[in-house]
Amino acid sequence: MNILGLYNYWIVVILMLIGFYIVIAHENLVKKLVGLAIFQTSVFFLYISMGKITGATAPILDKQWQLYSNPLPHVLILTAIVVGIATTALGLSLVVRIQEAYGSIEENDIQIQDTQDQFECQLEAYGVQEKLTTFDQDLDE
Amino acid sequence: MGDLFAVVMLSGIYSLLSAALFLDLHAVDVAFTEASVGAGISTLLFLATLKLVPRYDKKSRYKPTLATGALLIYGTLDMPHFGKADAPVHEHVAPRYLNESMEEIGVPNVVTSVLASYRGFDTLGETLVIFTAGIGVMSLLRISRQAKEESKSKTPADMQQQVILRVVAKMMIPLILIFALYVQFHGDYGPGGGFQAGVIFAAGIILYTMLFGLSTAQKIFNRKVLELFTAIGVFLYASVGFACLFMGGNFLDYSVLRHDPVHGQHLGILLVELGVGITVASVMMTIFFKFTWRTVKHKYNQ
Amino acid sequence: MIETLLDILSWILLLSGSFFCLTGALGLLRFPDFFTRTHATGITDTMGAGLILIGLMLQASNWIVFAKLIIITLFSFMAATTACHAMSKAAIKSGLKPQIKDHPGRDSEEQPSKL
Repeated sequence: MNILGLYNYWIVVILMLIGFYIVIAHENLVKKLVGLAIFQTSVFFLYISMGKITGATAPILDKQWQLYSNPLPHVLILTAIVVGIATTALGLSLVVRIQEAYGSIEENDIQIQDTQDQFECQLEAYGVQEKLTTFDQDLDE
Repeated sequence: MGDLFAVVMLSGIYSLLSAALFLDLHAVDVAFTEASVGAGISTLLFLATLKLVPRYDKKSRYKPTLATGALLIYGTLDMPHFGKADAPVHEHVAPRYLNESMEEIGVPNVVTSVLASYRGFDTLGETLVIFTAGIGVMSLLRISRQAKEESKSKTPADMQQQVILRVVAKMMIPLILIFALYVQFHGDYGPGGGFQAGVIFAAGIILYTMLFGLSTAQKIFNRKVLELFTAIGVFLYASVGFACLFMGGNFLDYSVLRHDPVHGQHLGILLVELGVGITVASVMMTIFFKFTWRTVKHKYNQ
Repeated sequence: MIETLLDILSWILLLSGSFFCLTGALGLLRFPDFFTRTHATGITDTMGAGLILIGLMLQASNWIVFAKLIIITLFSFMAATTACHAMSKAAIKSGLKPQIKDHPGRDSEEQPSKL
């Protein structure tokens, strides 16, 4: 079986892994969104390359051409691109709000602040301490 | 890569390259949309965010990569080869669309006919998704009433010195808007349609906003009117569907709209794409205005 | 006869357009200064793309394609040169100064831009 005819899927897999690695490895939220965009584009390539036929043309009906590429993946991916930009816009506005609330968009800083807040809320709830105004907590957990 | 600006620019270049690659894979509509949306609006929104967050990121610890790659490649061994004409995806539905589209709908661009007529319900859902994203951004990046009144008198006029840019922009913006209308209504005969047209229209107005100030642009496109228009597009789409119901056909079955099924399809596709274009343009403009307003607010709070 | 002439002319135009694109790309990589690099990108967009589009214009099959290509060329010229101008202006505003060769007897206090 000739495996070399499958090279488009390998490209898709490589792009997918690159996007996935960016999402899980980097801590900056904007970089994660960029990695997500790369992942989405790799999925687009998967569908569109499945729809291509060698020797055909774009699916716009014309008298000179008999063979056309499959228009169905194009329609699905058109929807997917627009949904992707909608998600990216929402994600970016969330990043802006996170920056205003936490003061940074690095995942570690946000987690540290969240853990601190949780700890203080628990202390308040158990009535151990009054509401604290400083952030001098040791996180020996 | 410590500089987020470089990261965003590279992602814009990546989108443009993938649009060129889509063109090579015979996907002209998709290439158009990816170029305008990915390399245009997406890069723009990332840059608008970069004004509000720190530009450099800290060095991160690298986590080890996974071995899912090998499994994925093993999974692709059974797939049909690239470019084969007898793959299963090319049977059943696609030849029917390609063969019957001219008689049933009479529109040369098969992607438009499938998008707006054969799969019109999906496109209604997609328009609703864009509308929801607009609502989400509107609610997340709210403008409080105080901030509105405070900065009514102060208008950032950084761009007053940029004579060349303003003159060239004044020449180009009418052409961009006319091109957007051309793409909208010519979507039946070539690549194009509602989404691309809405994005190009929004890009023209965004260029105007960047050069002449947010307050000038908001005098032309009042905030409330713009938010109304995001809803009008979806409403138009849904009301075309309901009109088909009242005229005796199914929901979004355009054949009953006029005396002749083919003319009915043409009218239906025209109205539906118009609705999509209106919603997309207003949502993109609203999102950009909200981001820009946030930067103005930051500037005057510091 | 006229077809061969058109073919030869468009060959020449396409090849020279590609040459300009290549030299523009080479300049983008190898020029020492930011402002010279924006000049290189300007060359790519105007001379490179312009000559290629004119070469394609000679191969157009009907008048509509010809008119569209003319409009694309004009638009590309306007947009590309304005973009280069905008980049250089933004660089000057942020404090980047062009790298000037030192003559004897001239103040060499300007920091060369190593962007």
